[in-house]
Amino acid sequence: MEESKGKEDPRIAGISSSIRVIPDFPKPGIMFQDITTLLLDPKAFKDTIDLFVERYKDKKISVVAGIEARGFIFGPPIALAIGAKFVPMRKPGKLPGKVISEEYSLEYGTDKIEMHVGAVQDGERALVVDDLIATGGTLCAAIRLLERVGVTVVECACVIELEELKGRVKLGDKPLFVLISST
Amino acid sequence: MSAPKVGEDARVRDIISRIRVVPDFPKPGIMFQDITTLLLDPKAFKDAIDLFVERYKGQNISVVAGIEARGFIFGPPIALAIGAKFVPLRKPGKLPCEVISEDYFLEYGKDCLQMHIGAVEPKERALVVDDLIATGGTLGAAMNLLERAGAEVVECACLIELPDLKGRERLKGKPLYVLLEAH
Repeated sequence: MEESKGKEDPRIAGISSSIRVIPDFPKPGIMFQDITTLLLDPKAFKDTIDLFVERYKDKKISVVAGIEARGFIFGPPIALAIGAKFVPMRKPGKLPGKVISEEYSLEYGTDKIEMHVGAVQDGERALVVDDLIATGGTLCAAIRLLERVGVTVVECACVIELEELKGRVKLGDKPLFVLISST
Repeated sequence: MSAPKVGEDARVRDIISRIRVVPDFPKPGIMFQDITTLLLDPKAFKDAIDLFVERYKGQNISVVAGIEARGFIFGPPIALAIGAKFVPLRKPGKLPCEVISEDYFLEYGKDCLQMHIGAVEPKERALVVDDLIATGGTLGAAMNLLERAGAEVVECACLIELPDLKGRERLKGKPLYVLLEAH
């Protein structure tokens, strides 16, 4: 049974209906998936976290890495519930200590994400969390950052997948778990 | 030097010991209070959240507003534990729907914080959460946004206060609760 999308769980319907779709943001043609309305529904927000926690709590995961900024909303509650550390992955210049950086491509140009040196240790098992996977560029950069320092990325976890942008393909052999797939 | 504000709670001493001070970030002369090292200690992170939750549960608080980006790390776990909604307060251009904006002054120039229209209802009781209060400019702007939407700001909650910067005085008499002060 394909369970990577959690289709069978009755909580998914409530979560899905709490997400607001905004046409033409940030630019024309994009249907933006606004999770702020999910956060306004305490039951839907709790159910979202619970679905991830149930999946990961017995998987010996010691690191939850969350991508700035919406990954900071979902990552910490998961980390707290499974007893893992939370590691913020940030835009350049935000982290105060020594960092390692990974560049990745955008539609036009490049961007970078950074992680503190020493946040994770060789051999740790990690999740990477963000609200949504689109092209997969940011997630791939996060995975590379963690793997460069010897961490095993067990899975990427997102609330929403934009299937037609094929982020899952870009992730290659790295597993991806999402609650909702949107086309 | 950091000192507990919250009595002699042993949890606070541990929390203090997990916060890293980074000199000369973001510019010379500033001793930056880095909470990312606290997030690497699951027990200390959980204790920090528990201290806020113990204070606020049973207070009929229906809104926890968190200031981008480090308020996104601490606000949601508190909101989830007390059954409140989480409202992200963001830099301009990030929120996809109609917003209200509040300008505030920095040392040089000004900045702006935004909240979605409709996120809070009149008369809701709200907390504002951030990792740290310095001059109080951002927290003051956050309070204004909530009050303009008709909510009642019950308290501002931060892990760290820099009392020498007198941020407490910019909160228009609203209470401020912090776990520790740093000089």
